[in-house]
Amino acid sequence: MPADALPERMRQLAGSHPALVGMPLLLIAALAVTVAIHPDFNSFDAQSMAMAALPLAFAAAAQSVVVISGGLDLSIGSVMAVCNVLAASTMENANFGTSLLIAAAIIGAGAAIGLVNGLLVVVSHVPDVIVTLTTGFIWGGAALLIMEKPGGGAPDEFLAIGTGTVGTEWISSSLILLVVAVAIIWLPVRSSKVGLRIYAVGSDRTAAFRSGVAIGPSRVVAYIIGGLFSAVGGLGLTMTTGIGSPRAGVLYTLSGLAAVVIGGVSLVGGRGGVVGPVIAAFVLTLIPADLIFLNIDPNFGQVIQGTLIVLVVMAGGFLALMRTRR
Amino acid sequence: MSAPAGASPTFTAVGGVLPWLQRHTIVVLVLLLLAFIGCVDLVKPGTVNPVWLSNTLLFAAPLGILAAGQTMVMLTGGIDLSVVSVATGAAFLMTTVTLQVGSGWAVVVGLALGVAVGLINGIGIAVLRVQPLVMTLGTGLMTQGSIIVYSQRILSTRSVVPDFIHVLGGGRLAGLVPIDLFLWVPIAAAVILCLNRSGFGRLLYAIGDNQEACVLAGIRVWRVLLADYTICSLLAAAAGIALVGDTNSADLSLAETYLLPSIAAVIIGGTSIFGGRGGYSGSIIGALILTVLNGLLTLLDSPEPVKQILYGVIIFLLAAAYTRLTD
Repeated sequence: MPADALPERMRQLAGSHPALVGMPLLLIAALAVTVAIHPDFNSFDAQSMAMAALPLAFAAAAQSVVVISGGLDLSIGSVMAVCNVLAASTMENANFGTSLLIAAAIIGAGAAIGLVNGLLVVVSHVPDVIVTLTTGFIWGGAALLIMEKPGGGAPDEFLAIGTGTVGTEWISSSLILLVVAVAIIWLPVRSSKVGLRIYAVGSDRTAAFRSGVAIGPSRVVAYIIGGLFSAVGGLGLTMTTGIGSPRAGVLYTLSGLAAVVIGGVSLVGGRGGVVGPVIAAFVLTLIPADLIFLNIDPNFGQVIQGTLIVLVVMAGGFLALMRTRR
Repeated sequence: MSAPAGASPTFTAVGGVLPWLQRHTIVVLVLLLLAFIGCVDLVKPGTVNPVWLSNTLLFAAPLGILAAGQTMVMLTGGIDLSVVSVATGAAFLMTTVTLQVGSGWAVVVGLALGVAVGLINGIGIAVLRVQPLVMTLGTGLMTQGSIIVYSQRILSTRSVVPDFIHVLGGGRLAGLVPIDLFLWVPIAAAVILCLNRSGFGRLLYAIGDNQEACVLAGIRVWRVLLADYTICSLLAAAAGIALVGDTNSADLSLAETYLLPSIAAVIIGGTSIFGGRGGYSGSIIGALILTVLNGLLTLLDSPEPVKQILYGVIIFLLAAAYTRLTD
């Protein structure tokens, strides 16, 4: 390999997948800022941030798969809430082995909920925004039905999957869970025909149809994968908080969508990946933490989150406008 | 379930009835509304009386005003997710400045928040061509976050709902006619006239139908959209102020539950989310249907989660049936 091949490849990568290069840089910058304003940033801080980012990262992953297929899922937070309370209410007195079986069942339930969302969108012809807004309402009600007030629990060994450390004190096991889950759920899809079809349908539905792609099934599969990620996110919520809380998930719908936008997935569909939004979820989690370190009201976090979305998309729009002018 | 019961004759009817109904969907909506009202009376006979009607109209008005802005935005193929944050923000802001600047100016301050957010939405969507969903999601989070921060700053300030707003939002003329109708009816008339009779209204339909063609025809689309989103946010602020007049205390979750209904009322009312088709008269019936449905579910005395699930299911069925009917 010639000496200049690597930078050249990096440039190609940056050209074809801007988020893959840009997002890690943004994360590194955000981490650098955090360490700068909070010099005694220790392993405990690193762990608590990884844990705080875990549910949002899964919400972002779930949303990005659906968005890539050209859809939208405004029910992700509610699905996470359902899985969260399902886990906390059934695992309370279970041993570790049983809790793992329950977790598997809940992941199955998440896929089933995703299937229902997808089928409703495809069969009813009602726009996805409306369908998932109403199903979000319905799943939210289901979560309240399962558990009225925050409570429940899970065995310590199960919680440790999200709250423990691996190797050094700096690496939270939640990071491992995230990487493993994304690798198991998304990589096989992405590298197979199923993934190609999801991208094709999102990018140009008519062209995909004429190329013989089954539009409906591909879109449903995207919602199922979204359901899988949401379910793992709900389990992650149980691990990191230790309880089930029927209203905790709701926040993650909009924040997850924010992470998707900031992570470089176009809402038009067919573009981007899961990694960008997942990293964006970590950046979004760092913001309120930084505000606390700076002794600023952490509620500014939401303002900044909103402002960040607005600025990112407006900058994108501005660049596009300049390009057309030229 | 009453939704299919009200709509099923239109599915089974053959020949000229179905096409006629497809052209006059408002008839289906009114029948549906009457069916829901019938259900209410069936569940608890004697409920439907002038007082009940007055209550229903009172509760429907804020939703109807929210849906007015949402209709105008959806006709252009857009959507506004920031309406509930704006409504809550305007109401909260108004109540906290009442003692300092007086009632009249407090209302102005509240409405100004709506205009400000609307302008930001409009600049992003109209000038920089950001997708409305993302843009309004961002400004919604911004508004909501700012109001939370603001509320923590002014913990010591008393929040007061101006007396005339309390009368406007919750009062009744002669014990029966809700006073908020005096806000809603003129707004409704203005919106319907604007959509059907004014050049601005026709442009909203035209943009929703084919934005490219509008650009080619020499229409300054960005101006129309900027005005459209500003009006939508202004109406949302007005709806929030009417709502707080009824509840008489501004909290930070005032209009939270209105996001789904504000969009659902427009969809059920027959406005296409892709733009170019629909109108406000349908949204009015949609808002009334949703309010009656809410009352019906309360009447059934079911627990809150069950109510929420039924509400979602019925809204979905209505939207699906409507899409079937008109596609």
